[in-house]
This record gives sequence, C-alpha cells and structure tokens, in this order.
Amino acid sequence: MSIENRDHIEEHHTNIWSYVFVLLALFTLTAFTVLTAIKVDIGSLNIVLAMIIASVKASIVALFFMHLKFEDKLTWLYALYPLFLLFLLIFFTLMETFTRVPVLK
Amino acid sequence: MANGIAADSTYESYLAKKGFTAWALTTDHKRIGIMYLITISFFFLLAGVTALLMRYELLTPELDFFSTTTQYNVAFTLHGSLMVFFFIVPGIAASLGNFLIPLMIGARDVAFPRLNLLSYWVYLVGTVILMTALAQPADTGWTFYTPYSVETGTNVILITLGVFVLGFSSILTGMNFIVTVHKLRAPGMTWNRLPLFIWASYATAILQLLATPVVGITLLLLIMEKSLDIGFFDPAKGGDPILFQNFFWFYSHPAVYIMVIPAFGIISEIIPVFARKPIFGYRAIAYSSFAIAIISFFVWLHHMFVSGISETAAAIFSFLTMLVAIPTAIKVFNWLATLYKGSIEFHSSMLYALSFIFLFTIGGLTGVFLGALAVDVHLHDTYFVVAHMHYVMIGGTVMGFFGALHFWYPKWFGKTFNELTAKASWFLVFVGFNVTFFPQFFMGYQGMPRRYATYPEQFQSAHVLSTYGSWILGLGIFIMTVNLIAGIFSRKVPEGNPYKSLSLEWQMPSPPPHNNFEDIPIVTDWTYAYGKK
Ligand SMILES: [Cu+2]
Repeated sequence: MSIENRDHIEEHHTNIWSYVFVLLALFTLTAFTVLTAIKVDIGSLNIVLAMIIASVKASIVALFFMHLKFEDKLTWLYALYPLFLLFLLIFFTLMETFTRVPVLK
Repeated sequence: MANGIAADSTYESYLAKKGFTAWALTTDHKRIGIMYLITISFFFLLAGVTALLMRYELLTPELDFFSTTTQYNVAFTLHGSLMVFFFIVPGIAASLGNFLIPLMIGARDVAFPRLNLLSYWVYLVGTVILMTALAQPADTGWTFYTPYSVETGTNVILITLGVFVLGFSSILTGMNFIVTVHKLRAPGMTWNRLPLFIWASYATAILQLLATPVVGITLLLLIMEKSLDIGFFDPAKGGDPILFQNFFWFYSHPAVYIMVIPAFGIISEIIPVFARKPIFGYRAIAYSSFAIAIISFFVWLHHMFVSGISETAAAIFSFLTMLVAIPTAIKVFNWLATLYKGSIEFHSSMLYALSFIFLFTIGGLTGVFLGALAVDVHLHDTYFVVAHMHYVMIGGTVMGFFGALHFWYPKWFGKTFNELTAKASWFLVFVGFNVTFFPQFFMGYQGMPRRYATYPEQFQSAHVLSTYGSWILGLGIFIMTVNLIAGIFSRKVPEGNPYKSLSLEWQMPSPPPHNNFEDIPIVTDWTYAYGKK
C-alpha cells in the first residue's frame, strides 16, 4: 500500500522544468537580498526584510526540492511543529529580556 | 542453539556470524543495539570511576586527593559530560530502542538500516573527539556556561565539538524510530495495541529529532564565540550571557525526558509481566508520555531563576514547571494500580522496576521543590539539586536500564545470569544509592554548594556517609557487571519465553534469528492481556 503511494507521489515532481524554475526563483531572491541590503535603508527593519526574503527562499526549498508540497499531513506536522518551537524559543527569550527591571542605574 | 518457540531447522541466531566486519558493517538492528549497549556501558563505568574519585576527595574538608581544585573541576566536568552525553542521552533509546522496537512491532528491521549503522559510527566519532580532549579536558561542568567557558584556557572546543557530533547520531536515530513506528508495524498492530515501550520510544524520538538541533547550534555558537571572538554571549560586544543559558536549557530540559521517558517504557513492560495483570490505564500512560514531551518545551527557564532573569519570567516558568508533575504522577499512579492485587513475582528486573517507582517519585517530588521559585532561590546550586537529579537519573533512568538488562538478557543472548547474585547486587545498588544521595538532600538544604572540592567542617559527617555509600553502590554495580558478563559464558539455556510474557518479542526463538520473523506476524490481541490467558 505504501509502495503504491510512493509511485503516486513520484509523478508530481519528475518535471525538470519546475526545478529549473525554482532554481531561477532562488537566484532572483538572492539578488533581491543583496540589492535591498545595499540600496534600501529602513534602519532596523532591514534585518526584518532580509529575514522575510530568506524565509521565502527556505519555504521554496522545503516545498519543492524537499518535496514537502507532495507529502501527507503527518509530514507537514513534523515540518511545522519545529517552527512552533522556534516561536516558543524566541518569544519566551524576548519576553524574559524585555521584562527585566534594571537593578543598578 | 535454538531453544524457543517456532524454531525450525533453518533457524540461525543473529549472533551466529563472527568477525569484525560482520559486526562493524552490520545493518542488523539487533547487532547495532548490542554495539550501543557495550559502548554506552563502557562510558557509564568510566564516568562512574570519575564519580568515585570525586567522592574520595570529599572524604575530608581539605584538598588532599587531587593536587589542584582545577583537577577536581575537570573530574566533575568529565563525570557530567560522559554520563549525560555519552551514556544517558543515547543510552536506553539507542541500545534498547534499536534492539526492541522492530521486534515489538513485528518488523524485520528499522526503516533505514544503513542510516542506523551510520548513527552508531557518528556516535563513535563523537566519543573519539571527546577522548582526544582528555589530554587537557574542560573544567566548566557539563553545562558549558558562558562567560566562564569562553574565558577558560582548558579544552572546551574539542569537548563541545564531540557533543555536537553526537547530536547528529541522536537526531538520525530519532528520525529512524519515528518512521519505523509509523511505517513498519505488523498487520493488526494498531496504535492502541502497541507496547508502552514503543509509545515511550516514539515520544523520546520526537524530542531527539526536534530538540537536539538547538543544542547543536548553541554549542556551535559557543565554539564560534571562542575561536572567532564574535560576541553572541559577551555583553561588551553586544551579546548576552543569559542567551547561552536560554539556548542550552531549551534543549537540555527536554533532554531530561530523552533520558527518562524510555525508562518509563521499560517499567511499563516489566510491571504487568511480574504482576500478571493487564497494565492499568494503558492510554493514560501512553498519552502522558506525549504530554511530557510537549510540556517539556515550556519550562526551561526554571534552571535560571537565580541567573538574573526577570521576575515576571521566573514566576511564569515556576507555574509552568508544576504542570510536568501531572503527567508524571499519572504514570506513577497507574503503575501502582497495576501492582494492586497482582500476583507479584520478585524477579531481579522487577526489583529494579519497583525501586524505580520508589526512587523516581522522590526525585520527581524534590523537583517540585526546586520548581517552586522561592524555594529554588535557597536551594539553587546546592547538593539538594545534585541529590534531586541523581534520584531522577540513577533512581529513575539507571534503575530502568538495569531492570531492562536483567529482563531482556535471555532475549539478547539466549543465556541467563545467576539470579541470586543479581538479587544480591540489586540490594547493594539500592542501599548504596540511597546512602550516597539521601544525605545530600540535607547537606544541600543546609547550604553545601555543589562543585566544590573543599568545604566547611560541619558537612564532613554527611560527606563521609555519602562517600561510603558510593563504595557500596560501586561494589553493587561491579558485582552486577561481573554477573552479567559471566552469564554469557554460562551453559544454562533458559526457556524461550521465561516470564510467559505476551509481548511479541518473546514469541520467537531467543536469541532472535537474523531476519526476526520468517513471516510477518498478524497481531490479534492487546499486548497486556494477562490473567485472561
Ligand atoms: Cu529542567
């Protein structure tokens, strides 16, 4: 049963052109990262912009090169749960940092 | 050789093939499990020796056995790092998990046998890296806290690199087990028929897969900070030393459950067999492993209450920490309910299982003391913490591990050990453990700080008692080890299913044949239907 499943999945990503397209998209976004870093100055928001572009690139890699788009719900759960953990790590670490009360002036 | 159920003329034990490459290049999950078992046992004994040296130093208030306090610091760093990263984290999961998971779910191997072999070799590379650091070992403690770990001249980089490499072994093993449990269960082996050891191993595998990368990155940042002088953790360069602790404990609290959840699984297997009763609250035990695995990601700041974190965060995390007690207590109560009115047989493995319940409960409850914010401010970094964590790690994990050694021994080797000697060594281990660590609760409560080679005279009698205990414990483990090794050479061949267990791994010859099952079995009943048959 799981073997059939595998064959079924294979059909979706044998098209070489979709890979070429993804590759071009990644190159374009890389160029975009470099360009915004040099030409755009929005202060501390620059890092946010760079991170957004990087996240888009990572998502493309996960979805197409790593076949996530063609996987079942369980695989999605295992792919998304770490993002939740990352959120926890950042959220509570920042929460702790921002609620500190200075002891010494 | 064949001595069990359904053994036919073509039966050949998985142990039959001899020679170095037959082991080193094997993809048989059973052989890989045995290789892990031998390697982790070696590191357990080595780390145990460093502990005995430390206890020997602590017989007197002055520094006399070690010539410098740095040597003492090195000793406890080695003890902690070896025990945590080389024995207890990979320990039960990799050795018993490898051997038992495919057998228990009715599969011929794990999902990715070659990856499994790779995990073992990656683990070994990690140990070799660590061993090369022994010439000038780190003196930071196993937690590698900044800023000290950045400033010290000792070899922090090699030791953390070793741990970093080990992490990959852990991640790959976790992933392998998750896929195995999802894809390779025999027909009829539904989720609600799975042995509880499988549920526990699955919950552990999730933690291994998802938490280990965080410690890997953290140690990499530390290595970069030390070698490239970057300043992630140095306030003078815009960093934050608390950030290291946040990252470190984000992994290391869940890691506590990587260490202990497999032991929960073992206890859930041993108790129904020797109480001859169906396990009580099967689903509650199964799901509580998951509850622990999930909650464990929400509590890590409880290690940092006195590190200078904000009071708001400390209060929130003190509350969240209390939540862990709920699923843990659910397990303990269900085991007790399983024992209730059972016809109990005190096999050596059962003695370890019962010790587990008793000692782990002490360890767990003292954890609640430490999770309570106000109490922790008093007890932090004292021997109370040392006693608490040893009650959880030895009283919990190691008791479970020893129980498993005695329980599945006939399955692994098709031989048996001397049961009377096993019981005697259990007695020494149990008494020795308590004599060693129980006084430490009182010492810690009275203010004896951990990680000191010298101490005020008022603590000497407690320290002496604790050191005597460590000798009893050491003797017990020594006798147990000799007994288990001697068992391999004994001529006594046990029955194929000596405990009349209903679990799948006992329904085949011992030791199992290379491919486990001639035909994949069809499972028709629950694993724990004792008393009905
Ligand atoms: Cu913790």
